Amino acid sequence: MAPDSPRLDLLQGTLDLLILRALRSEAMHGWAVSERIQQISQDVLQVNQGSLYPALHRLEHRGWIKAEWRVSELGRRARFYSLTTAGRKQLEIEAENWSKLTDAIARVLRMA
Amino acid sequence: MSWKDFALRLRALLFRRRTDEELQEELQFHIEMQSRKNRCHEVDPAEAKRRARLQFGSVVRAMEECRDVRGISSIEILAKDLRFGLRMLWKSQGFTLIALLTLALGIGANTVIFSIVNAVLLRPLPFPEPDRLVAIYTYLASDGNESFSYPDFLDWQRENRSFAYLATYRPTDFTLVGTDVPEHVQGERISAEFFDSLGMKLRLGRTFRLDEDRPGATPVALVSEGLWRRRYGAQAAILGQAVAIDGVAHTIVGVVPANFHFSGKEFVAGDVYIPIGQSNDWALWKRQFTYNYGIGRLKPGVTLQQAREDMDAIALRLAQRYPETNKNAGVALAPLKQDITGESAIALYVLLGAVGFVLVIACVNIANLLLARSTARMREFAVRATLGASPSRCICQLLSESVLLSVIGGLLGLALAVWGSAGAFSLLPQKLPRANEIGFDARVLLFTLGTSLIAGVLFGLAPALRISQQDLQGTLKEGGRGLSGTRHRLQSVFIVAEMALALVLLTGAGLMIRTLMELRSVDPGFNPRNILNFEVTLPPSFATKPAEAVREQVRQITVNLESLPGVEAASHVDAPLPMQGNDTVTFWLEGEPKPPSENDMHSATDLGVEPSYLKALHIPLKKGRFISESDTMHSPSVVVIDELLARKYFPNEDPVGKHLSISAFDTQCEIVGVVGHAKQFGLTEGGRDGEPQLYYASMQVPDKFIFFWTHAGFVVRTKGEPLAMVAAIRAMLEKMSSQQNIYGVLTLERIVSDSVASQRFTMILLGIFAVLALVLASIGIYGVTSFAVGQRTHEIGLRVTLGAQRGDVLRLVLGQGAGTAVFGVLVGTAAALGLTRLLEKMLYGVSAYDPFTFAGVAIFLTVVALAASYIPAHRAMRVDPVVALRHE
Repeated sequence: MAPDSPRLDLLQGTLDLLILRALRSEAMHGWAVSERIQQISQDVLQVNQGSLYPALHRLEHRGWIKAEWRVSELGRRARFYSLTTAGRKQLEIEAENWSKLTDAIARVLRMA
Repeated sequence: MSWKDFALRLRALLFRRRTDEELQEELQFHIEMQSRKNRCHEVDPAEAKRRARLQFGSVVRAMEECRDVRGISSIEILAKDLRFGLRMLWKSQGFTLIALLTLALGIGANTVIFSIVNAVLLRPLPFPEPDRLVAIYTYLASDGNESFSYPDFLDWQRENRSFAYLATYRPTDFTLVGTDVPEHVQGERISAEFFDSLGMKLRLGRTFRLDEDRPGATPVALVSEGLWRRRYGAQAAILGQAVAIDGVAHTIVGVVPANFHFSGKEFVAGDVYIPIGQSNDWALWKRQFTYNYGIGRLKPGVTLQQAREDMDAIALRLAQRYPETNKNAGVALAPLKQDITGESAIALYVLLGAVGFVLVIACVNIANLLLARSTARMREFAVRATLGASPSRCICQLLSESVLLSVIGGLLGLALAVWGSAGAFSLLPQKLPRANEIGFDARVLLFTLGTSLIAGVLFGLAPALRISQQDLQGTLKEGGRGLSGTRHRLQSVFIVAEMALALVLLTGAGLMIRTLMELRSVDPGFNPRNILNFEVTLPPSFATKPAEAVREQVRQITVNLESLPGVEAASHVDAPLPMQGNDTVTFWLEGEPKPPSENDMHSATDLGVEPSYLKALHIPLKKGRFISESDTMHSPSVVVIDELLARKYFPNEDPVGKHLSISAFDTQCEIVGVVGHAKQFGLTEGGRDGEPQLYYASMQVPDKFIFFWTHAGFVVRTKGEPLAMVAAIRAMLEKMSSQQNIYGVLTLERIVSDSVASQRFTMILLGIFAVLALVLASIGIYGVTSFAVGQRTHEIGLRVTLGAQRGDVLRLVLGQGAGTAVFGVLVGTAAALGLTRLLEKMLYGVSAYDPFTFAGVAIFLTVVALAASYIPAHRAMRVDPVVALRHE
């Protein structure tokens, strides 16, 4: 594997959370997901487009999102992803874990 | 793995192309969207697209990662491994051929034996709810489970609360009289609910009604599907037709299907069934005549134990009511399947174990071959491992190769089994129960498949583990020579295992061979050579003739037989011949008070014969005289006893001139002579010490028993081949009356040989398996030793250079091989000591721990092992040191 794999691993978990969050309100295709994340984070978070799709597929395999072919704004068919019920639960769990984690880190940082 | 995950993986596997195309489409769409976005800033569309690609990164890599998510499915890996495995097998055809042949033989033999075990022991009886079926017997402390009387059966049937149905049967010979020659058929007298007990539906018509199973009821009969087709051309209109059975017209009410197979005690699936209760046989209604066997179907929810308690209570009541016949007589119930197959179980399981041993030896041999090959392939796997293949991946690769090998071997074995089963099944002893149910069913196929898979893993695992544990760097540096101690240790273990297993089989086979040799030298007490045994059906008109006329007819047949050229002696036999079963009489001695109960009297096997019987069977006369022409209905009753009876009841006196009273005959008889004992229960006497025998004159049999004689048995001693006389005998009988015919022709030699059929069957199969094991084990030892010599060529060359003599080299190599072999022999002897006990019941004249057999086999196997390692040792001895040292 490439030497940058440790960073990728860290990103993976976060990326999953971001994808789930992005898909919470509506179904969208992969490009829109990356755009949405970028947009909401005000361009702070740049999604590595190469690793977006493996992440999407992994989430699909876990049953948290489901995919279907729909006609896109280009008039061509595109693969649209949407949250499943399990995915919604997972999002809640992960969001909570995330805030716990960041709180804890923030606290540690303040202490130091 | 979640369900969703599995579904997606499966889809990806089944529609690989499409899944890939979709993935590509998805990614392309993304790039397209990105380039559109870029176009807002760029003027040049081409540049916008280029930048989009750049932003995305490697499409190929993204696709690869997406594929990784769904996983290259394990099935895909397996397919790849199998393809590779096939190529490897094809590349080394010599190895593949030997391995496949070994496996096909091993698995084929296992399949055949298992198909027998499956049909006889494992499959439930072919009746609905077979677990509720039981066999029922009278139980006597002295004789064990025995047949019972019809009145006892009626009482059991009436008084029990445990059985939904209780039925009895009694094998009987019948004569069918039609328009032409009478035909002798075998059949059964059955109680009305016989087929209902089994839950058997008829092919046509109905079973008997209860009111038809009584004296004086309208005569009705069932016929077999075979007879229906043979005699009636399978016409449906057979129901209601009349058939003359033993001279009486019976209305046919049903047809028993051809697939009716019942192996109950003494049951003969004959052509005719009639209700037993209609029988005009007066002896049927006497409690002292016990010719009936029975089966029952337990009521739902009633356990065997409850039924036993129920029947015990009834037996106790009957013993009080009829002390003369029923005192001390209990009732025995046995699960029907166990009752039918119990005796064959040990032999069959022994054979299954033996054939399993052969397969294990075959697997060990193939493992050895693979191990040798794995050394050659060390480099291949070292390279694989270096390139990142995990150990488990390497094991999988090797295992899939070996399983592929074993499954192909298994398929060949199955083909071999199907093709060769006819031969194997023809070896089965005739008495083997349920033999007609043997065949290949789903369970047999599953067994073969399972055995193949297990065999593949078994012989593939050792080399696979070996390779996965190798020292990679070492191997690559060593140039793939891979000399390591573990390999040799493993091979030694293999040799020990092979020797041990082969020794166990050889010992088993040796004990069986000795048993048969012992049996061959057993003196049966008579000379079975050139003796013909057959039954004659008297013309149906004799059923109603006076006893004197029947006696005269039988006497005339004997006279006519003796006047045939080629016949030395002939006699009517009013009882089963030796090894054909036995009749028992009860008696008391002169001076003893008549015992109150039949079960308190002395008993002996009885044979009603004519004067020539002794001459025909070559039984020696010890004292007094044998039955003579002058012993008739008009002279005092006489008996001749055998030595056993003389020894038992007249230990210190001369029995000749003494008297005894035979209970059934109501007369006192004078003992006029003593003859030698003729073995009645087979050469081994069925494990008993032999039961005393008592001969009476068949011409002195009381009138009331004569009606049995419509089917009369005869023995004839011929000068030449006995079967060659059958035509002349048949012609003579037909000349006396066209209504008189002959059936059940057997030679006594055949009967004697059949009495040891199960021992012979076990011996032949064990022998075959032992020889297979021996050959395989020898090949194994030879292979290992040659391989070791090949590996040590360099070392041996060095030794010779340093002054070792050829003899030293020979001793070195041979010594190592022999050491391992002797250890294997020791292990095997210990195992055999534990296992031969299983054979004990089948052995005769030899102990299960027979030191001669054990020592002989051990020495023999050691010699074979030495011989097998001598060839490679000899080769090592001739190693040219110069060549060997240059060998590097």
